[in-house]
Amino acid sequence: MQSIKIKDISKSFPGVKANSNISFDINEGSIHAIVGENGAGKSTLMKILYGMIKPDSGDIYVFNEKISLNSPKDAISYGLGMVHQHFMLADNFSVIESIILGIDNAGLKNLKLDQYKKSIKEVMERYSLNVGLDQFVDELGVGEKQRVEILKVLFRGAKILILDEPTAVLVPQEVDELFKNLKELQKNGVTVIFISHKLDEVLRIADEITVMRAGEIIDTVKSNEINKKQLAEMMIGSSLPKPPKRESDAGNKNILEIENLDATNQQGKKLFQNISFEIKKSEILGIAGVEGNGQKELIESLIGIQEISKGNIYLNRKKINTLSVQERLSLGISLIPEDRQAQALVMDMRLTDNVMLGRQSENQFKTNLSTVNFKNAISKSKKVINNFRVKTPNEATIVTALSGGNQQKFVVGRELEDHPSLLISSQPTRGVDIGAQALIWQKLRESRDKGLAVLLVSADLEELIGLSDRILVIYQGKFVANLNPEDITPEDLGAYMTGLKK
Amino acid sequence: MKIKYNLISLSAPVLALSLSVCITSLILIAIGKNPLETFALMYDYGTTGKSLVSIVNRFIPLYISAIAVAVGFKMGLFNIGVEGQYLLSALLAAAIGASFSVSRPVHILLIMIIATMVSAFWGAIAGYLKVNKGIHEVISTIMLNYIGTGIIAYLLGQVFNDEDKANLIPQTTPLPKTGQIPELNKLLSIEDLPSLHGFLPIAITLGIIYYLLIWKTTLGYNLRITGQNPIAAKFSGVDPKRLTMLAMIISGGFAGLVGMGPLLSYHHQYSIDFPAGLGFAGIGVALLGRNHPIGMAFGAILFAFLERSSQILDLRDVPKEIETMMSAFILLIVVVFYEIIRRYIVTQQIKEASKETES
Repeated sequence: MQSIKIKDISKSFPGVKANSNISFDINEGSIHAIVGENGAGKSTLMKILYGMIKPDSGDIYVFNEKISLNSPKDAISYGLGMVHQHFMLADNFSVIESIILGIDNAGLKNLKLDQYKKSIKEVMERYSLNVGLDQFVDELGVGEKQRVEILKVLFRGAKILILDEPTAVLVPQEVDELFKNLKELQKNGVTVIFISHKLDEVLRIADEITVMRAGEIIDTVKSNEINKKQLAEMMIGSSLPKPPKRESDAGNKNILEIENLDATNQQGKKLFQNISFEIKKSEILGIAGVEGNGQKELIESLIGIQEISKGNIYLNRKKINTLSVQERLSLGISLIPEDRQAQALVMDMRLTDNVMLGRQSENQFKTNLSTVNFKNAISKSKKVINNFRVKTPNEATIVTALSGGNQQKFVVGRELEDHPSLLISSQPTRGVDIGAQALIWQKLRESRDKGLAVLLVSADLEELIGLSDRILVIYQGKFVANLNPEDITPEDLGAYMTGLKK
Repeated sequence: MKIKYNLISLSAPVLALSLSVCITSLILIAIGKNPLETFALMYDYGTTGKSLVSIVNRFIPLYISAIAVAVGFKMGLFNIGVEGQYLLSALLAAAIGASFSVSRPVHILLIMIIATMVSAFWGAIAGYLKVNKGIHEVISTIMLNYIGTGIIAYLLGQVFNDEDKANLIPQTTPLPKTGQIPELNKLLSIEDLPSLHGFLPIAITLGIIYYLLIWKTTLGYNLRITGQNPIAAKFSGVDPKRLTMLAMIISGGFAGLVGMGPLLSYHHQYSIDFPAGLGFAGIGVALLGRNHPIGMAFGAILFAFLERSSQILDLRDVPKEIETMMSAFILLIVVVFYEIIRRYIVTQQIKEASKETES
């Protein structure tokens, strides 16, 4: 029997098709993994399944009953339970209080904790989930907190457990513990949906694996009939339009030079180490890596948001380690951050306001009285809109009104319009339509030919191979390979990225 | 197109006022009073010449207080401490200002500078605590209000109390004539009316300065983008710590001038009768006026009018607390309407943009 049957689910956001015609089944009592790169549509699908957003079309059946979800509350009543990546627990509550929070209608003063304790203990025993009920949440380790979350949903009668990237926060030993628990749940008839992009873990724990890419289901396969390489190929894919190959050769002058860069986070974990590379004039250097291997922090350290603990950064022979973000930008660095809405745009402001972002302290946006030069902001907006074919009623429109692709074209245009010497570009075409993608690729290549040095980080391997003059692979914070895009396939690249090949 | 949206935005306060009048009417009916008579009474009393002067006098500090709050609001900072900032600075400015005498414009200017500096310092403490210790400015400014009140009580009672006269209430020595701003009555030929405070032109100038600062300077731009998207602001090179510090100092600086209207043009000394509560009232005005210099001017006038016109009610056996409720309803409703209208405008613009994309 199927615990869940998903039929033709589609969901679009302005400019992005997050899910298109998703259909697959999940067998009762199985551990079913859903894998895909960030932005593949996994989260959207799970939010639909948990009643947090409504699909544009399509049906969901739970235990052969067609259901319609308006809120997570509905989902819970059908036996669905979700454990979020970020825990939803109150530190100053005890475990038992956290578990019953929201269940008891009588209010806290009439709570019969002992009564609940008994029934919670039963659940704990049935599923072999151990955690001290009287401990406070802030005394618990990460693995234990997760167990509390699982207990919480089981206690509400969940028969289907959705785990969103559950291992992202765990150390290996905790992962083992979690997997033991999940197997135990499975034995007791609970269906587990396991969302991840860590292929090793998925192969270890799951019975079936559904692969998503660009909002579509690629296939559902049995985990014992597939290996990691095949899975990586499915996840990364090769169906997107291939950017045409480069034409010019890189110059000889080093624009950016990095020497032995190290950084650690506040917990003392190494984010990346011993990073050295250089980018020449008219060169696109691609950095390939599965998300979370240090590339994000590396970019942030180059523009000065992430602190480095060791090493040197030179831009045009000038050491910039200690300069502020603003000073670095004004030395000729442009940045296309990975998340345009969170990092590159102020959504409720006009294009003319956004066009100055990152350059607001420069003379081009100052009048003689050193007030903001809106005239120049308007003329630069118009230039960007024309040259990058941004579809908008006019330059006074607020950014939110534009589709994702047009927002991104605007960001790319804004950064390239200034003729920087170095462009740091992270996921430049993530979540945009094919037309916008082609235009962005063309513009990046044109700027490169005119002398721009580009650092390109992308999860889209076709894009990396097609645009880069050279590719470095980052794995667990270190560079593990220096590749020539001329003679590498996405499959090979995927193998380096997942640590299969060294 | 922009004009159309501005007009739609204007409907929020108008609707809020109307709805609040309706709710207040129901309450009046419930306590057995005639709402039409009550409002007519308020209107008649509030529009007498005497009342109008009093409303403008009240408008002056209320408006400046709103500006001080709005500077913080613009970058997402809640300076609840305007109250303590203006009271403490008014006391120190009054005490120090009375201790010397120079020619008039210089004297007045010096008093204002003292007030601004004291108040900016008081605001900077909250900024420092936020930037270096991670203490939320709402908490620290509320605490600083209490500390400020304590310091005022001590200074006024023990240090600055004017001992020349056997005063019944603690008060500072009055400012000499050179430290007083003359009334505007002669200038406007309204000599039969009560004194119209000479600080009015300064308040209006401050509104203009605030406008230029927020909408025309790079600093203002940085405040606005940080208020709406602090992460994008950081990626664009804004140093959030430095900006927080600056915003608290500027906000505090404006707060220092709140007390100068009453001090320089009317009270001429700080006593326990010195008008309090203006800092909190300014928060409401800034909310109602949406941090816009013209919006806040209307807001300040409206609140000043309600405050003044309700004075008559007690005499006619209607509880004047009706006015407090009315102001509260206006604020509550306007916040909701502003959000509804904001969403409406966003969807409208999305529609327009998608039309553009199709064509």
